Amino acid sequence: MTEQLNFEVPTMADLIARGEEPEILFWVGCFGSYDERAQRTTRDICKILHHVGIKYAVLGTEESCTGDPAKRAGNEFLFQMQAMTNIEVLNGYNIKKIVTGCPHCFNTIKNEYPGLGGNYEVIHHSQLIQQLIDEGKLRAEGGESFKGKKITFHDPCYLGRGNGIYEAPRAALEMLDAQLVEMKRCKVNGLCCGAGGAQMFKEPEPGKKDINVERVEEALALNPQIVATSCPFCMTMLNDGVKFKDQNENVDVLDIAEITVRANGL
Amino acid sequence: MVLQILFIAFVIAAIALFSFNFKKVIRNIRLGRPVDRFDRPGERLKVMLKVAFGQTKMVARPIPAILHFFVYAGFIIINIEVLEIMIDGIFGTHRVFSGLGGFYNFLIGSFEILAFTVLASCVIFLIRRHVLKIKRFRGVEMTEWPKSDANYILITEILLMSAFLIMNAADAKLQAMGAGHYTVGGAFPISQFLQGMLPESESSLIAIERGCWWFHIIGIFAFLNYLPYSKHFHIMLAFPNTYFSYLKPKGEFTNMQTVTNEVKAMLDPSFTPPEAEASRFGAKDVKDLHWANLLNAYTCTECGRCTDACPANITGKLLSPRKIMMDTRDRLTEVGKNIDKHGADYDDGKSLLDDYVSREEIWACTSCNACTQACPVNIDPLGIIVEMRRYIVMEESQAPGSLNTMMGNLENNGAPWKYSPADRFNWANKN
Repeated sequence: MTEQLNFEVPTMADLIARGEEPEILFWVGCFGSYDERAQRTTRDICKILHHVGIKYAVLGTEESCTGDPAKRAGNEFLFQMQAMTNIEVLNGYNIKKIVTGCPHCFNTIKNEYPGLGGNYEVIHHSQLIQQLIDEGKLRAEGGESFKGKKITFHDPCYLGRGNGIYEAPRAALEMLDAQLVEMKRCKVNGLCCGAGGAQMFKEPEPGKKDINVERVEEALALNPQIVATSCPFCMTMLNDGVKFKDQNENVDVLDIAEITVRANGL
Repeated sequence: MVLQILFIAFVIAAIALFSFNFKKVIRNIRLGRPVDRFDRPGERLKVMLKVAFGQTKMVARPIPAILHFFVYAGFIIINIEVLEIMIDGIFGTHRVFSGLGGFYNFLIGSFEILAFTVLASCVIFLIRRHVLKIKRFRGVEMTEWPKSDANYILITEILLMSAFLIMNAADAKLQAMGAGHYTVGGAFPISQFLQGMLPESESSLIAIERGCWWFHIIGIFAFLNYLPYSKHFHIMLAFPNTYFSYLKPKGEFTNMQTVTNEVKAMLDPSFTPPEAEASRFGAKDVKDLHWANLLNAYTCTECGRCTDACPANITGKLLSPRKIMMDTRDRLTEVGKNIDKHGADYDDGKSLLDDYVSREEIWACTSCNACTQACPVNIDPLGIIVEMRRYIVMEESQAPGSLNTMMGNLENNGAPWKYSPADRFNWANKN
C-alpha cells in the first residue's frame, strides 16, 4: 500500500524522552485519527512534514477531541472540560506552534483556547502548504500530473467565513497547472457542506433535500474531475454526495494535502 | 400666525411622541444581559462608517444595492430641505434659503433629481415585491403584517416625493406669475414637466402648493412616529447596530465565564469560584439574550438575505434566520407591553423558545455563518441560535438523542464516536 508510511511518526512523548523539542505540533483531530478516509489525509500531511524536514510531533494517544462539536451543540461544560484538559497537556509540553488537519480544531484552538489559558500560534494545514510553496520547498514536481484537470474547491465554513482563509488552500491548487473553476457560491458566499454545528453527528431535520446533495450538485454542474477541500467534515459530506449522485467513478473528492502529496510524488 | 402656532405645536407633539416610544425601545433593549461592545472604539467606528454609511455589504447584490443607495442618499440629502421647511413653518417665511442664489438653485435642482430617483426606486421595489415576486420576500415568516409594512413604507415614500415635486411645480408657476409671497428661487429640472398638469388659477395653485407643503411635512413626522412599529426602524438603528458589531472571527463562539469557573473548580478542588449570580445557562426568553442581540432584532429590516443564504433554508428545513430575528423582536415587544401593563415582574408564561421559535428550527443550524455574512447591517442570528441550544442542552438536557450519544462518547472516549482512546494513534501504524 503506497499510502502507508515508510517512516515513524514522532510523538511528543518520544521527543521529550530524547530531550528534544518540535518546531511544530501536528494536531490530528478525531476525524484524522479514526475516520479511514481522513486518516489518508493525516498520513499525507505527515509525508509533507517529513519531506520538507520540519521537526514535528503528534500527541498520539494523548490527544483528545478539542470539544468543538460539544460547543456547537450547546454543551459549554463538556467543551470547557475538554479544552482545559487539552490545554494542560499542551502547556505541559510547552507547545508554541500547532498545525491542525481540520478547520474545526483550528478554529477552536486558535480562537477559543486563549481565553482558557491556551495560547499558541495555530495554523491550518492549508496555510502550512502555502507557506512551503512560497518558500520553494514544495513544487508540484516528480509526481502525478494534474495538468489541464478540472478542479473546483469547496470552502470549509470554519476556514473561510469562520476565519477569513480563502487563498491558502487555493495556493496548493494554483501550482498544479490545472484548470481551476469556482462554484458560484464560493469564498465568502460558500455553501456549507451540511456537517457544521454538530450536524455531522445527527440526522438532518426534515426538508426537501440534504445540504451535501445541494452542494455536490453545484460542484458537479461544472463537470470537474476533482472536487478539492481541506476539511474532513466536508470530505465526508462531499464523498457521500458524489456517491449519492453515482459519480464516484468519475469524480474524486480530495484534500489539498493529498493533491500536494500526489503532485510531488511523496 | 395661527398656522405657525399649529405648525410648532404639531412638530413638538410629533417629536415628543417619538421620544416616548424610542425610550421604550431603549428600555426593552436594556432588558438584555450585559455584553462588552464598547471596546476597540476606533475599529467600531470604522465598521460603522464602512458598513452602515458606506453600505459595503449591500454590493453583493448590485441591483438592489443601487436602488437602495438612491433611496438612502435621497433621504439623507433631502433632509436638508426639511430644515428649510421647518424654518419656513416656524417663522412664516417662504423659501428662506433662496437668498443663497445660484447655490440654492443647485440644491433645489439636486433635491428634485434625488426625489425622482427615490420615487423611481420605490416603484421598482414595489414591482420586485408584487410583480417579479422575488423569492426572498416570501417565506413562512412573511405574514400579512411584514408584507403590509413593506408596502406602507414604499407607498409613503412615493407619496412624500410626489408631494415634494408637485409642490415645486406649483411654486415655480406661482413664481412665474409673480404671485405675492412667492420669492423667486430654485431650479426645477424634474417638476417643470409637471407644470402642465396643474391649473392656471393663482388661488388653485396656492392651494396645491400649500396642501403639498403641509402633506409633505406632516407625512415626514408621521413617518418618524411609524418607525418604532416598523421594520423601517433600520434607517436609524443600522448605525448603532454596526457600531456594536461582533468583531471577533465569525468562527469563534464566546466562552461562558460562569462555566469556566465551575469547570475550574471541578478540575482543581483548591480553586474557589467567585460568587456568581444565579442565572440560567443560555437563553429561553429574550431577557436571557444580551442587549446586542436585542438591538439586532429591532434593526432587522426583513430583507431576507440571511434566509436566502442559509443552507438549511435552501434545502427546505424550517430554519429561517430572518424568522429568528423577527421572533426575537416580536417577543421583546410583547415583553415590553407586559411591563407597561402589569409591571416589571409580570410573567405571561410564554417564552421565545417554543412559543415563537421551535426546537426544530434551532437544531437545523449548521453554524456556517452564511447568515451573518449576508446581513448588510451585521446582524447575528447565529448568536441567538447558539444561546437557545445552550439552554436546551445545559438547563433541560433535551438535546436530540444522537447528539447525546455523541457527547457521551466525547466524555468517555475523547472522541465523538465509540472508539477507544488507545486506538487513536493507529493511523500511523506501518504495515
